[in-house]
Amino acid sequence: MSTGLNDNEIISLVLSGNHQAYAGLVNRYQNYVFTLALRMVKNREDAEEVAQDAFIKAYKFLADFKGNSKFTTWLYTIVNNTGISFLRKKKLDIHSLDNDKVFEMADSLDSGMRADKVEQKSKLAMVNDAITLLNPDDGQIITLFYKAEQSLEETAQVLGIEVNTAKVRLHRARTRLKEKMETYFPQEVKDLN
Amino acid sequence: MSTQQNTEERLWNFIDGTASTDERTVIEQLVQTDANWKAKYHELLEVNKLLQSSELEAPSLRFSKNVMEEIAKLHIAPATKSYINKKIIWGIGFFFIAMLIGILVYGFGQMVFSSGEESYVAKNLNKVDFSKFFNNTWINAFMMINVVLGLVLLDNYLSNKRKEFRKHH
Repeated sequence: MSTGLNDNEIISLVLSGNHQAYAGLVNRYQNYVFTLALRMVKNREDAEEVAQDAFIKAYKFLADFKGNSKFTTWLYTIVNNTGISFLRKKKLDIHSLDNDKVFEMADSLDSGMRADKVEQKSKLAMVNDAITLLNPDDGQIITLFYKAEQSLEETAQVLGIEVNTAKVRLHRARTRLKEKMETYFPQEVKDLN
Repeated sequence: MSTQQNTEERLWNFIDGTASTDERTVIEQLVQTDANWKAKYHELLEVNKLLQSSELEAPSLRFSKNVMEEIAKLHIAPATKSYINKKIIWGIGFFFIAMLIGILVYGFGQMVFSSGEESYVAKNLNKVDFSKFFNNTWINAFMMINVVLGLVLLDNYLSNKRKEFRKHH
């Protein structure tokens, strides 16, 4: 119904009373929102809860979206805040997963790969797996910049930080991602060079 | 910062397109002439390509339906600006400013600026015995509690405002 419309047109429809038009925005951005949430909470069930909450909050406060920024930048800011609140409630450390958990995740990924035959593992899946090994902050900034079509300025806006801080954090996140890839997927990394 | 880190940072800026024009020229030359820079550049470029083409995760098939079912129970909240009337805020501000100006004008109007004669206000003010009001420990404690309560209320009000602002942004 609202497939051919742009975000602002759908928002106008929803605000004028056509609530079903909101499904257009949910279908369009559910994968982005879910991926972002997953990078933060590291668990599919929790990520689905965070993503759902974020879409509901966005709907409730849709009248406050002024259109000064992209709808996605506004939406991802809500996802970020919802994710942080969720993690606080769950009393997880937002900034770093403890090493045991990282190693545990790496082991499970590694054994999964062996069962699935390592050589058949695609490079893309390897990147996704390496991202899941990063801490939530790193995974989130990489997802925002590369997958959520946000510029460095918009990424900074979503995270509520300065552009230069976002730039430094992105550099560090990519460096750590490369380290994870070299540690856990040495063969694939070798094939890249 | 180590040389390798510095090289990587400069190359990432180059790849992201955030390097200055001069820096771009320098890096282009380094990539063409220096084997280490060239190798590192291609390595980072490959990582960049992979990151760009990495896949998004998909939620469960019922996700969209679940969201729509939840929002069917809700109403969109009116825009914040629609229920915060700026005219009222400005009106309150204007009232207080006008009151302050009035008090100041009245105060200055009562003052006699000649050096010899004491003003009416000063004369009468001298008659007031403030020690009668503030000599009691209980009154002082009561006033102190009021000040503390006032500060707590102000703090509550400001933190609520901050929470609302964060919630909406």
